[in-house]
Amino acid sequence: MRRIISVLLENEPGALSRVVGLFSQRNYNIETLTVAPTEDETLSRLTVTTTGSDRVIEQITKQLNKLIEVVKLVDLTEGAHIERELMLVKLKATGSQRAEIKRTVDIFRGQIVDVTSTVYTVQLAGNSEKLDAFIQSVGTSGVLEVVRTGVSGIARGEKVLSL
Amino acid sequence: MELLSGADMLIRSLQDEGIEYIYGYPGGAALHIYDALFRQDKVKHILVRHEQAAVHMADGYARATGKPGTVLVTSGPGATNTITGIATAFMDSIPMVVLCGQVASTLIGEDAFQETDMIGVSRPVVKHNLSVRHPEEIPEVVAKAYYIAATGRPGPVVVDIPKDMTTPNERYEYLYPKKVKLRSYNPAIRGHAGQIKKAVDMMVAAKRPVIYAGGGVVLGKASKQLADLAHLLGCPVTNTLMGIGGFPASDKQHIGWLGMHGTYESNMVMHHSDLILCVGARFDDRVTNATEKFCPGARIVHIDIDPASISKTINADVPIVGPVDAVLKEMIGLVKESAEKPDAEALAAWWKQIEEWRAFHGMRYETSDTHIKPQEVVEAVWRLTGGDAYVTSDVGQHQMFAAQYYKFDKPNRWINSGGLGTMGFGLPAAMGVKLNFPDDEVVCFTGEGSIQMNIQELSTCKQYNLPVKIVNLNNQALGMVKQWQDMNYESRHSQSYMGSLPDFVKLAEAYGHVGIRIDKKEDLEPKLKEAFAMKDKLVFLDIYVDPYEHVYPMQVARGSMKDMWLSKTERV
Ligand SMILES: Cc1ncc(C[n+]2csc(CCOP(=O)(O)OP(=O)(O)O)c2C)c(N)n1
Ligand SMILES: [Mg+2]
Repeated sequence: MRRIISVLLENEPGALSRVVGLFSQRNYNIETLTVAPTEDETLSRLTVTTTGSDRVIEQITKQLNKLIEVVKLVDLTEGAHIERELMLVKLKATGSQRAEIKRTVDIFRGQIVDVTSTVYTVQLAGNSEKLDAFIQSVGTSGVLEVVRTGVSGIARGEKVLSL
Repeated sequence: MELLSGADMLIRSLQDEGIEYIYGYPGGAALHIYDALFRQDKVKHILVRHEQAAVHMADGYARATGKPGTVLVTSGPGATNTITGIATAFMDSIPMVVLCGQVASTLIGEDAFQETDMIGVSRPVVKHNLSVRHPEEIPEVVAKAYYIAATGRPGPVVVDIPKDMTTPNERYEYLYPKKVKLRSYNPAIRGHAGQIKKAVDMMVAAKRPVIYAGGGVVLGKASKQLADLAHLLGCPVTNTLMGIGGFPASDKQHIGWLGMHGTYESNMVMHHSDLILCVGARFDDRVTNATEKFCPGARIVHIDIDPASISKTINADVPIVGPVDAVLKEMIGLVKESAEKPDAEALAAWWKQIEEWRAFHGMRYETSDTHIKPQEVVEAVWRLTGGDAYVTSDVGQHQMFAAQYYKFDKPNRWINSGGLGTMGFGLPAAMGVKLNFPDDEVVCFTGEGSIQMNIQELSTCKQYNLPVKIVNLNNQALGMVKQWQDMNYESRHSQSYMGSLPDFVKLAEAYGHVGIRIDKKEDLEPKLKEAFAMKDKLVFLDIYVDPYEHVYPMQVARGSMKDMWLSKTERV
């Protein structure tokens, strides 16, 4: 099953490579990985999406917790949560395609953030499935370039991941 | 406050940490540190002949005392030479701090002379690693390193020290921290009371219980508690290879060690048990055999300080995260208070069955009129040392024979590389033990393959007068490899024969020691006696043993725990 694991990490050089190293060393998947400092500058927040059996996921969270620089973590998929990913896509946009693309972007609540006579650059946020669906709708043949941030996530309701 | 250079701070920190011996080898990036070492006499340095040996020495010391060992090496090749030693310690959870020189911070990333990214290289085989970013940090970094190495599930910690952190004429205020606290590292100090209660109820109610005790009992100094609990419960106790000595071999309830080369009775007991209490062990593949066939009727209680060891390969019904000594102590209290008592009738039937299994194989081996059997060498050494020596081992058949036939009644006496299986470990580990226990007998069982991986350390033994006894079970082959080739590759002995063996007697003598060759059965006992009578001499015993011998029992690959070869022809 796909999981979203959110980690508070000491904001120190080398900490990130320890997390990444753990995944390759123990043969775990990383589908996406995002990391950035938090409002507390001594901490980074890292979100990793991965897949595996329940036993593997349990091992991943335990092994992550064992890293000295991991302060706290939560498997967001265990509860209600919000998941977002940002995507920028360059699409071939000429002639009648332009209106068609515009309509699709509106349906997906995206924005065209840059325009040339032949290209639209579209910005889209949502969960990963929605981003996949958008690419499918516009058709891969028109896609010139895709860049995705990877998943960020947060629990719904009162629950917070903090010190 | 005192003003000290980074190098002086480092050595002062070691003093304040109570470190008596460090093991190492100098080089450019560590020279400021070596100079600071020279200008004091509290911390003593042992100069090895290869950095790998420095790590195994520190490791042997740590295994015998339970305290972290310390290594000091230079950058680049000095640091990379320590990796096998560090990985060895990591796999067996041995506390250790490895201090590595590094090129100056201003040169890092420029492929400077003797620059290696030691933080990166060591990452997968350390509990943690730290680099010094300012000389003032040194006391704190050292204190952190020892704290992390020695607490929780112990392990090696590498400290990377760029040369400009130890510059002699730059001085800073020195203060060694009294206490270390890390917000992101809080090892458990006791187990969950509810889980412990549940486990005790299951143990008392069990009909065919067994305690499976690992290296965690030795590392966690919990042998006393283990014995008390086992005696209260009246159940059999088996050890892992790493747990040997954690429960006395001479105790009636001891059934030997388990797994690939464990006793017949241990593996049978495990397979037929209805409750396994695993104490500080990790269900590793050399114990469980095929996990899907593992102990079908058993429920499992697993105590470990490391949550990641629980339900990793075998699912635990009752997981208990905590230090084994504290958890066992609570269990003892609960068993004593419990209104329910262990089922005497069920236990009597269980023991009757166990005694039958014990009688069936009982670690027998065939003796020969012509050849010296490796097993009888180990038994003779056990007799001659009163069963009370520190015994280190290399890796191979001789290691298994030593573990099978030397009966350990105390923890911290059996010292081997169980997890990584590092050939070359035995001699330096023995040296680390002997240095710290000069009055105790220290024996290293080795093979002619393994000993040649760190034989240069005979020179270090001379320099520091380390009269260990080296028992080379010379079968003129990489015996364990050959055994597998006999069993799985129709005896095609690909590269497992070692031609051109040196004359080990002359070699020992060349290094200034005593060498004795034994190749006749009748010489074995008298010559061993002669060797052990030379208390202040390193004696290298080169003993020609039966080259065709195999280690048995041996679990059948991909079988259950009870599927074993008991000799070359008997399979159960
Ligand atoms: C550094 C290292 N290289 C290779 C091996 C694989 N290996 C395991 S046992 C063994 C043979 C050891 O030979 P020897 O020391 O003579 O012991 P014996 O089995 O003959 O008693 C080998 C090559 C190992 N364990 N360690
Ligand atoms: Mg050999």
